[in-house]
Amino acid sequence: MKAFSYSFTFCCLLGLILLATTDGLAQVESSDSLLSPLLPPSEVIAEDHPGDAGGAIIVRWKLSPDEDRGVTGYEILRSTSPTGEFSSIGFAAAGSNRYIDANTEDSLTYYYKVLAIDVSKNVSESELSSPVRSSAQWFDFHLLNLLIIGGLICGAVIYFIAHAKKGKKLFLRKIAGLEAVDEAIGRATEMGRPILFIPGILDMDDVQTIAGITILGRVAKTIAQYDTKLNVPTSRSIVMSTAMETVKEAYISAGRADAYSEDFVHYVTDEQFGYVAAVDGIMVREKPATCFYIGAFFAESLIMAETGNSIGAIQIAGTAMPAQLPFFVAACDYTLIGEELFAASAYLSGEPKQLGSLKGQDVGKIIAMSAIVIGALLETFFAISGSSFFGSLAELVHKLFSIVAS
Amino acid sequence: MRRQIPLIITFIVGSVLIISVFIPHKPFGQLGENFSVYFDIIAVFAFILGAGNLLRVHGNRIYKKHKDWPYSMVTVAGFTLMMIAGLFKIGGSPGITGDLTEPGSMFEELYMYVFTPLMATMFALLAFYVASASHRAFRAKNKEATVLLLAAFVILLGRTPFGVKLTSWLPDPLSFLEIPNLASWIMSVPNMAGQRAIMVGIALGVISMALRVILGVERTYLGADSD
Amino acid sequence: MSFFETIANIDRRVIFLFIGFAVIIPVLLSFSCREEATPIVQSIFDKIESLPEGSKVLMSFDYGPSTVPEVQPMVDAFLRHCCEKNLKIYMMALWGTGHNLISESMEDIIEKEFPHKVYGVDYVNLGYKAGNQGLINVILTDMKKMYTTDARGTEIDAVPMMVDIRNLKSFDLILSLGGGFPGIKEWVLFGGDPGNIPMAGGATAVSAPLLYPYYPRQLLGLLGGIKGAAEYESALIKGYPKFKTYSHPAIDMMGPQTVAHIVIVFFIVIGNITFFIGRKREEGEKREGGVIK
Repeated sequence: MKAFSYSFTFCCLLGLILLATTDGLAQVESSDSLLSPLLPPSEVIAEDHPGDAGGAIIVRWKLSPDEDRGVTGYEILRSTSPTGEFSSIGFAAAGSNRYIDANTEDSLTYYYKVLAIDVSKNVSESELSSPVRSSAQWFDFHLLNLLIIGGLICGAVIYFIAHAKKGKKLFLRKIAGLEAVDEAIGRATEMGRPILFIPGILDMDDVQTIAGITILGRVAKTIAQYDTKLNVPTSRSIVMSTAMETVKEAYISAGRADAYSEDFVHYVTDEQFGYVAAVDGIMVREKPATCFYIGAFFAESLIMAETGNSIGAIQIAGTAMPAQLPFFVAACDYTLIGEELFAASAYLSGEPKQLGSLKGQDVGKIIAMSAIVIGALLETFFAISGSSFFGSLAELVHKLFSIVAS
Repeated sequence: MRRQIPLIITFIVGSVLIISVFIPHKPFGQLGENFSVYFDIIAVFAFILGAGNLLRVHGNRIYKKHKDWPYSMVTVAGFTLMMIAGLFKIGGSPGITGDLTEPGSMFEELYMYVFTPLMATMFALLAFYVASASHRAFRAKNKEATVLLLAAFVILLGRTPFGVKLTSWLPDPLSFLEIPNLASWIMSVPNMAGQRAIMVGIALGVISMALRVILGVERTYLGADSD
Repeated sequence: MSFFETIANIDRRVIFLFIGFAVIIPVLLSFSCREEATPIVQSIFDKIESLPEGSKVLMSFDYGPSTVPEVQPMVDAFLRHCCEKNLKIYMMALWGTGHNLISESMEDIIEKEFPHKVYGVDYVNLGYKAGNQGLINVILTDMKKMYTTDARGTEIDAVPMMVDIRNLKSFDLILSLGGGFPGIKEWVLFGGDPGNIPMAGGATAVSAPLLYPYYPRQLLGLLGGIKGAAEYESALIKGYPKFKTYSHPAIDMMGPQTVAHIVIVFFIVIGNITFFIGRKREEGEKREGGVIK
């Protein structure tokens, strides 16, 4: 009885082991029989990359039908002859159906193939693309909408500059910071303290610095007439040279060439915080009555403005750096916000041609506001109704005002 | 003529650079980056002017013992020390032909142990100045100032875990009122809308300013009044 | 001077003193706070997680010593994550000060914590090049036109991991660290967007609001200030618990930041209270036409 039970148990165990193994084998066999060869990508099209200076070709393909079955990516091969040796030039991730070959020579003809690769490193090769050559274009059509809208705005500005009529008064809203310039200079004159002008910390290749220097020229002319001391520490050498020339000419045109000193404008350092440390030192020692901060600023804006506040100076700031505007608004008496900085020069000059350009800016604002309102309404109607009509229109407005990467 | 030539150069260069944005073909496609590089080269050489001016102004103050001349002494000494340490690569190996930032070199030591802490200190001043500016500026003088004040509270608290704990008890349907969510909404909706509006205005202002400079309507930067 | 007048005319140096203590005391007591990654930060983490081994990541060190306390924790967290994922790291700088910071980061993070990584194979220092956005413009089409050697003077084609790099489009991800000029905005305008290359950034808290408009189309994510860095460190620790024992300066700094913010709110409240009391007194004076006793 015992022997029978031991034998029976042994047979059961053996059977179970055999069952498990054959079941596993069956599974392997059955999965093997389910696996078919990896299907290749198809419809490989290679064409010249549009809107460039040559040297690039876009390769597009239809994804492998086995994308969902473990394709890990695609390898792109290239050759200069259809029967020659193909070399690998790059990889694209799974799901991606395009590759930009940015290393071609315009004088050569290229052929491309795309390999699909799966988790087991199996590869499947596509058919050959048709021959293609890269070439340079004379116009980037991706920027056509930019050309049209930019042309409209520039055209409007030029039109209003050209047609500015002397004597015809143009309505300009009051900009408090600019109205206060004369008062601020007068205050410094009465107190017998200098005026500090900071033209920003970027170089002359930044338009804010140019705006700062043009305002410096106008402010310096008034300062020359009041015979107040001016201090212009600069952060860049080219800005120093330009500011020196501007201030000198301002003094000459005010008839006060004798009052001009070369030490009015001086270079400090290119280093941001070294510069602000020097400016703070000047403020604390010389105690200017008026401080102008006109130009591009970064983190040092609040440090300068708070120091100016601590010495009781009247402070007029102007910058087109949106991140710094809140600091200037909080710490300064007057702030020129964004476009007011660029309008300041025209505003202070009062010349019809300059003021005409401000009118041209309004055309740009009308275009921008119309696009925003129309686009927002279309998107809202699309979201509410789900109608593809509104969706398509919204997409059109979006495309009109975006620059699509080529 | 002295004023005409710069105006002509400005007009030609400005116009060509604008047109070259749309023409990828050589040589136009490369013009923008080439001019950027040219400007950088000029700026580097212009540094000689700046350095000369620095030494002249401060040297004069030291020589004539103007008020606060010791500060000018510190400026000139610091400038000279860094220049000599960098030019002659003192302390580094293999000497003057070596790397400027060789570990152990005088320049590297001055950079690490003097320059870096000084820069960090200046930046740290912002924390103190933000507090004093906030204390002075955030007053509920009118409706707009009150809205600004409330937004400031939400953002200040929303950036800290304390803000998270303060409103974490709110039920799910009211989770949008939780301080971190409100802070995120303020930054991504009204703040972003305001920033974008300012950026549109700035872009238009830049176009207008640039056209005035290119067309010669604005000439103050040349040291000449506009005609 | 009455108590009210003392508070109303509080010297700014008293405020500075309070802020000083608000930062120093939590640092001394090692007071820190937990963080949870917000979507704008989590998206960068997820992107790096999704990159296969051997993917190429370009890191641009566009900051200086003044912003090291804010930006360096982000850099360290990115380097650890990329090393852990065995991604290839290409380091460059548009700022002159970035050159030294790359060397320090390599020394402190890669060489110390991942000693098995090989220079030239797993990571490379391309160093600083002048040119700002002009440089980005050039390397968008031809990287080797500007980089003929690495920062150590090795010929660029002799660096194994530079062999198949043609231009910016050869990279799978660009990370720009820093908050000034040139920085993330220039990378978006001249590199990431025209080249359609995935881009993310780490900026100082002051610069971050200006960059939110670029999220999520041009920037797949953004770390804003110390909080952003702390969120990324938390996400990294959550994904890879071994990093819990490593340094996490951003998480450590959240404690002092929290206390400092509360102190600022306190002073704003005090300022408003004194403002309203003062205004009421003035109105009372005007009505009575007398002097306050």
